[in-house]
Amino acid sequence: MSILVDKNTRVICQGITGGGGGAFHTKGCLDYGTQMVGGTSPGKGGTKDANGLPIFDTVEQARKATGADATMIFVPPPYAADAICEAAAEGIRLIVAITEGIPVLDMVRAKKFLAEFGDKITLVGPNCPGVITPGECKIGIMPGYIHTPPAPGKRRVGIISRSGTLTYEAVWQTTQLGWSQSTCVGIGGDPVKGLDFVEVLTMFQADVQTDAIIMIGEIGGTAEEAAADYVQKHVTKPVAGFIAGRTAPPGKRMGHAGAIISGGEGTAESKIQAMRAAGITVADSPADIGRALNMAMRG
Amino acid sequence: MKIHEYQARELLAKAGIAVPAARVVESAAEAAAAFNANAVPLQVVKAQVFAGGRGKAGFVKLVKSAAEAQAAADFMFKNRMVSVQTDPEGIAVKKVMVAAAVDIAHEYYMGLVLDRAKATVSVIASAEGGVEIETVAHQRPEAIIREALHPTLGLQGFAARRVAGRLGFTGRQASEVSQLLLKLAALYAQYDCSIVEINPLVLTKDGKVLAIDAKINFDDSALFRHPDILAMADPAEHDPLELRAAKASLNYIKLDGDIACLVNGAGLAMATMDVVQLNGGKPANFLDVGGGVKPEGAVEAFRILLSDSKVRGVLVNIFGGIARCDLIAEALIAAGREVGFKVPVVVRLEGTNVQAAREILAEARGELPTLQSAMDLNDAARKIVAATR
Repeated sequence: MSILVDKNTRVICQGITGGGGGAFHTKGCLDYGTQMVGGTSPGKGGTKDANGLPIFDTVEQARKATGADATMIFVPPPYAADAICEAAAEGIRLIVAITEGIPVLDMVRAKKFLAEFGDKITLVGPNCPGVITPGECKIGIMPGYIHTPPAPGKRRVGIISRSGTLTYEAVWQTTQLGWSQSTCVGIGGDPVKGLDFVEVLTMFQADVQTDAIIMIGEIGGTAEEAAADYVQKHVTKPVAGFIAGRTAPPGKRMGHAGAIISGGEGTAESKIQAMRAAGITVADSPADIGRALNMAMRG
Repeated sequence: MKIHEYQARELLAKAGIAVPAARVVESAAEAAAAFNANAVPLQVVKAQVFAGGRGKAGFVKLVKSAAEAQAAADFMFKNRMVSVQTDPEGIAVKKVMVAAAVDIAHEYYMGLVLDRAKATVSVIASAEGGVEIETVAHQRPEAIIREALHPTLGLQGFAARRVAGRLGFTGRQASEVSQLLLKLAALYAQYDCSIVEINPLVLTKDGKVLAIDAKINFDDSALFRHPDILAMADPAEHDPLELRAAKASLNYIKLDGDIACLVNGAGLAMATMDVVQLNGGKPANFLDVGGGVKPEGAVEAFRILLSDSKVRGVLVNIFGGIARCDLIAEALIAAGREVGFKVPVVVRLEGTNVQAAREILAEARGELPTLQSAMDLNDAARKIVAATR
């Protein structure tokens, strides 16, 4: 089952020829076994990429020719919000936006545009590592080998995270402790984005192939607090977590556009407190996320 | 990106929002001349620095004569401003603003900021202005008025009138305030701001509505389409190492510890700082080299870290996704050859091309004796803390 993506997902890459990672990571996804079926690069339609995938000028053409139902976006920041809207307008079911540095107001407008499509369209990101269902489909920039596909006798954890590389850290730790992963979703570090913790928690709770959940948050905003509240009320599966930025000074923007403590809101302590109160096992150290999952599992 | 109060004031004036007469000067003598030019009996001299807490530090002064203006400016130029928002050495003042003081009948707060939960910009307003809005929000949340903007239409006329009404304005003044708010919202959208606030917005005793102090920050991601805003940046207000890092597309923030961190990814960089602290160390910086880091960028990252004289060790933590471990390893060696690792360097690599990276590091071991490898994040933090004690 898994969530969002599986072996039948057909993926195009918007920005497939660009130096922003589109070309490199299209190959990475192909190598992993993802059904990459083509890409777009306005002005280069009719050609093929280094892997022999067809390149189109528009998503409309790409979708018609390939039957793609998902897209991975590497379009540069000034044009990325438009690329997200284009994918939605053409009925691409799952939009995974990897691009970092999209102007916030562009995302405010794009998100409103997407809302008109209701739940027919799902956006993941931007500024995120992507989505992977190990062994079936990788859409994004995460290294594939750190993941473990579900197998008989292996428990399956679903992972949600605001941070890219910290997600890899959690995946790697769970792999080393003998876990497999059902699906890992990097929701991204921007303040205005697609899927948030609560939506992904809902999917994992409903997914019969997910036995437990890890949620990784960071300072800034109040999404983790909302997620903790949701876990308390609706999630019956064991949940472990970690919050990055305990030692970050207030008022400083730590890379992610979302990661800033302001006005006393969004501190690591308030998030950790809310998560613990909701019964989530929160690791103190990022090196102990896997162990926290084992503890949550033992209940 | 931040700009100074006087620059924010200029943007407000350009947008058609009333501000008191003011002049910006760079010497005490000019401050006296500015007082005379403003030609009102009561004026205020304000240091133009990014840090708050100016009033308490004596860097905002009411003056009644050119001589007083000169003395106030002289004090500000000769002393460094130390407040709760600065470090203990304080900051130097390069510019002061000499502005007409006004007879205040009432102070309001008026601002716009992103509301993440609603995924749109919201107006924040209060009839309790002139103080920290966070304090008001905390102590008397009912005194805060919020009005979410339509994500694509922006602030609509009726919504602006609603805010003015809730602030207690009536008649002509209500129209004036709602017009001001519409201009402020347009300015926010036009320049891709991340925060715009007027605090205080005042009603004068003779019934005028004026913006007395303003703060405007901009969305860094949108600066590419605002060269005019970018030109307003004041390099003197930034740490020189942070500026150097920005030029190399590195996300670097200087902190006050002694263990430098070089990490890819903002979340992992924060988590690395956390784990250093948990093991008894103090991080010297936040540094996210990003996913698309090039060899020369990584070498520059090492140069920047090692040029901080407080640094007694470096922790490299790379989990390759976009970033390739082999590239980081090569940059590490290039940096070691160029600047020399006089301090311990602990390296933890995992992810894309990690095998190649390990081989590259193993080959260079003899050349770089202070280099140690770590197996995982805890191991890395323990090793660097031990090596720097």
